[in-house]
Amino acid sequence: MQLVVTSLLNGVTYGLLLFMLSSGLTLIFSMMGVLNFAHASFYMLGAYFGYAISTKLGFWPALALSPLIVGSIGAAVERYGLRRAHATGHVSELLFTFGIAFMVEEAVRVVWGKQPVPYKIPDVLDGPLFTLYSSTFPTYKVFMMAVSLSMLGALYLALTRTRVGLVIRAALTRPDMVEALGHDVPRVFMLVFGGGSALAALAGVIGGNAFVTDPSMAASLGPIVFVVVVVGGLGSLTGAFVASLFIGIVQTFAVAVDYSVRDLGNAVGFNASAFPTVARITLSQLAPVLPYFIMVAMLVVRPRGLLGTRES
Amino acid sequence: MSPASRGRLLVWGGYAAVLLAAPLLFRSGFALSLLCQMGIVVIFALSYNMQLGQTGLLSFGHAVYYGLGALFTIHALNLVQAGWKIPVTLLPLVGGLAGLVFGVILGYVTTRRAGTTFAMISLGVGEMVAACSLMFPAFFGGEAGVSGNRQSGGPMLGVSYGPQIQVYYLIAAWLIICTAGIFALTRTPLGRMANAVRDNPERAQFVGYDPRRVRFFMVTLSGFFAGVAGGLAAINYEIVTAETLSASTSGLVLLATYLGGIGFFAGPIAGAIVVTLIQMGLSSLTHAWPFYFGALFVATVLFVPGGLASLAVLHVRLWHAKLLARALGVYARMAVPALAVLGIVVFMVELAYKGAEDPPIPLTLMGVDIDSGSAGNWIASLVVLVAAMAAVRWAWRRVAPRWGEIEAALAGNRA
Repeated sequence: MQLVVTSLLNGVTYGLLLFMLSSGLTLIFSMMGVLNFAHASFYMLGAYFGYAISTKLGFWPALALSPLIVGSIGAAVERYGLRRAHATGHVSELLFTFGIAFMVEEAVRVVWGKQPVPYKIPDVLDGPLFTLYSSTFPTYKVFMMAVSLSMLGALYLALTRTRVGLVIRAALTRPDMVEALGHDVPRVFMLVFGGGSALAALAGVIGGNAFVTDPSMAASLGPIVFVVVVVGGLGSLTGAFVASLFIGIVQTFAVAVDYSVRDLGNAVGFNASAFPTVARITLSQLAPVLPYFIMVAMLVVRPRGLLGTRES
Repeated sequence: MSPASRGRLLVWGGYAAVLLAAPLLFRSGFALSLLCQMGIVVIFALSYNMQLGQTGLLSFGHAVYYGLGALFTIHALNLVQAGWKIPVTLLPLVGGLAGLVFGVILGYVTTRRAGTTFAMISLGVGEMVAACSLMFPAFFGGEAGVSGNRQSGGPMLGVSYGPQIQVYYLIAAWLIICTAGIFALTRTPLGRMANAVRDNPERAQFVGYDPRRVRFFMVTLSGFFAGVAGGLAAINYEIVTAETLSASTSGLVLLATYLGGIGFFAGPIAGAIVVTLIQMGLSSLTHAWPFYFGALFVATVLFVPGGLASLAVLHVRLWHAKLLARALGVYARMAVPALAVLGIVVFMVELAYKGAEDPPIPLTLMGVDIDSGSAGNWIASLVVLVAAMAAVRWAWRRVAPRWGEIEAALAGNRA
């Protein structure tokens, strides 16, 4: 029971973090048709800027400044690079963001080195908050949940209750019509791209110190975010939300549970010892592969994803 | 003999002659291993372009076929060591078959969708196979990789694959076979339908072809050739590590193919050669080479979407239209500001690399030490960068009409 509750809480924290990334990716994709390969790179930049600012000014300024800086970098990338690549089609756009991701990783390696940086949780948020079945739950995890939930609430309100949100939602489906009504659609695109990057950076600031801040963090999280977007259904925010939580929880559980294939076989009355290589595999070893298995299974059963509407 | 077939004979004969003569011209051991690597990357890039260029499928997981081909070949090599009678010359076929089989299995999943979704799924499948290497260390070799001995077959007709030159000719022979095979495939109905599916899947469907099946066949066959490349890599390096099927290998073949030009058959060949040279040459000059490499790629995507091959074709057409001299005039006017921007960017990147050391090392340029830690140097180089970029803009404004005339003349000439 203790394991279940702790893993569930950890899984939800991780899933919410995933959603902060996948929501931006989904918005950018459904609006511009661009699969932003560099999205996880903005997450990484957010973490590194968060680290750099927090060593100089402290954690709280970093929480606000880092997403702002990365958001403007994202907007600049859209304005001066992506808009140019847009002229030659979606493949060029995808390749452009791929190149950007390549360069960001290399630049981070230059500036901050190949080793992880000591990005620490601030003292105020360090330590346990409450005790559950004799095991403690850290304050910082709760803080992460609070930040992501309030951010997502703000995003929801901004999209549904404000004028800008109205224009963005209209531009999602009918960009030509919105343009004909006198709105500057390319500027809306820039705004969305910058906003998505800022959201990813915020996830980086609060995620970088909870996990690891090193140059490979973008390359390791990026594919998972893609999996989330595919499983949830391309272009569906709700789908991305469900898939984020699902994959976050599944992966956390897999890491925490120490069953091997042999044990699973015994549970269903099957002796797996005949296949020693397979029988030795534990569920926690399977954890990194699980999201991809889920994705492949989803593609075979339901190619458009959980809540996706379009086929291609 | 018709002029067309004579021309074709000339191209293929020249190709074979270059491959035969290359090790005689570049005799050093370093050059020979470079040539071997080039040959392998050329096959790999050609197989990749079967997907990207010919079928319009952007894959981020092509290294899976290459890596699995390499792994199966190295295990086959170890079986030869254990006494199995398979000639080492044919071992790349084992890799190819492995690529083909996994192409059937994985291609079934990935080719259900095209476009952006295919790109994402190929990435996921690639990551999945790469992550599997942690689960089955016996097959994938774990951290240390799997090693083999290419001489284990013993000498056969005087060929033992001990000396590197013999391995080179093995690679060259397979290179010619694969190039011919991939080229021949573009002339088959399947190759033509792949182009049709790339350009307009709906119309291809209307004519009665299933785009999914065409994509599936192309992915499977390209998996075969990638597997052959992997098999050759296993024989050449005698070791296969988990990195062979990682995302970085997939990224590299994508960069090489796109840089060369996906719209032309020879594009990936040029790209593979250039990328191998950059990898080997630039990496000995500067630690920043991956950054330059990425920058080169981004610049290609933005400014020359057709890659190196399209540049070459453009200049041949300019030559035929007798416009090359005028084009060179435009280049001459752009050269000074463009080189200034390039120079200052390289200077800043190198400065950043030195400054990132702890403690910062000064950058030595023509005998002068430049302090990489001082803010003044950074501000100064930023000012120079902005000025140089302004100069490029100004120079381009002046020559743009002239370039427009050349382009118009070229278009008129063609029509």
